[in-house]
Amino acid sequence: MSRAALLVLADGRFPAGGHAHSGGAEEAVKAGRITGAADLEDFCRGRLHTAGLVAASLAAAAALGVPARELDAAADARTPSPALRAAARKLGRQLTRAARATWPSDELDALAREFPKGAHQPVVLGLAARAAGLGAEDAAHCAAYESVSGAATATVRLLSLDPFAATGVLARLAPEVDLVADAAVEAAGRVRGEGCGALPAAGAPVLEIGAEVHAGWAVRLFAS
Amino acid sequence: MTTAGGGVRARARILARHRAPGGTFLPVLESDGPLALRRTRAGGDEARVVLVGAMSGPLGGDRFEVEAEADTGARLRVQSAAATLALPGQSKSEARYDVRVRVADRAELCWLPEPLISVRGSDLRVRTDVDVAPGGRLVLREEQVLGRAGEEPGRLVSRLTVRTGGLCVLDQEVACGPGAPGGWDGPAVLAGHRAVGQVVVVRPEFGERPVAAGRIGDLCVVMPLAGPAALVSAVAADGLRLRRLLDEGLAAIG
Repeated sequence: MSRAALLVLADGRFPAGGHAHSGGAEEAVKAGRITGAADLEDFCRGRLHTAGLVAASLAAAAALGVPARELDAAADARTPSPALRAAARKLGRQLTRAARATWPSDELDALAREFPKGAHQPVVLGLAARAAGLGAEDAAHCAAYESVSGAATATVRLLSLDPFAATGVLARLAPEVDLVADAAVEAAGRVRGEGCGALPAAGAPVLEIGAEVHAGWAVRLFAS
Repeated sequence: MTTAGGGVRARARILARHRAPGGTFLPVLESDGPLALRRTRAGGDEARVVLVGAMSGPLGGDRFEVEAEADTGARLRVQSAAATLALPGQSKSEARYDVRVRVADRAELCWLPEPLISVRGSDLRVRTDVDVAPGGRLVLREEQVLGRAGEEPGRLVSRLTVRTGGLCVLDQEVACGPGAPGGWDGPAVLAGHRAVGQVVVVRPEFGERPVAAGRIGDLCVVMPLAGPAALVSAVAADGLRLRRLLDEGLAAIG
């Protein structure tokens, strides 16, 4: 594998549209659940161990070659909010386009044909990692880190939070990101024998409910 | 019922079968130790069963299983007489509570128990596994209350999986209390609320006409799932408020 390829895929500037999404932070800020760096850390930690763990395991399983169709259905079942399912597919479509241009591969072409409206983003991320010559661990790390980095960046804009404080949150979460990625890879490795039921299903009720509330707003800074 | 390894093992079973004309009977109604089942007066062609806690529990180390099945065309409603208390036990190991629900074609099953209360020091893992045939109908409610009034909760992990026609439409796990992954009480997961619950509704017609997503209360929404199913999801300060929200959400589905 190429360590530099991992940096390209994980780079926040990778043109896959992630910057337009706040990972639920916009709604949480408006509702007063995030008011500063301490709340942001708590928010990100909860997100990491729920949505982040699920995304990381989907990405790892896709990187291991589990069929995208199965993983996409598993992602649907783990995402009760229709607003979040739509956001995940939109991000998946954008990532498919960027990844195909960056790391041309038959598998990504097939994915684009099979899911013209986009597959769930973590599934695409796993296949993009595969196309880039990366492994399941890399894919899981990317997904787990993305599950918190987007919310942290968005909160800087939403609250005019000190960017150093937000980066400090991410640095403090780094050991937990590693643990979540490890757990995700372990679960993904069991999918071949046990099916997609082996994937974690950790849910965050307030994130799901908040996403629906957010989708009902007339004016939003972020798409989700 | 057996007691082994520091805990009680109990398995209760309900089987509902359609009997023409217009009735449902219960060829299997097996109570076991702490899991006592009582048949109550039927409502129309629907058979009704109440789960009565004959002992307290589940306690640490206990392993409870409940199976409910509605056979082709049968209508079954299962309720419980009181809240289930997850309690700490002599055994240091976790307690398990497994629920398996099967709904056959043209059958309808309403699974509407009282809340599960996670008492301080308890350690319970709940697994609810539901299979609905393509023409079957389901209403399933689950409510978790974290601690009795003013009390810290125990550790609770609860996973709900619902499949219909072989498609998994819902797979959600909530983990809370001491030892749960970080952030469970924070702004992304429960945001300090002490009651969390959901009602999942499966109806064949939702495949073509999904319910409209809608907001019921501050933190309660109705959502169409990816398949012929809908979900009411809510968090609230306590069990009473939670029930009100879930009832309102269910009424909105119609």
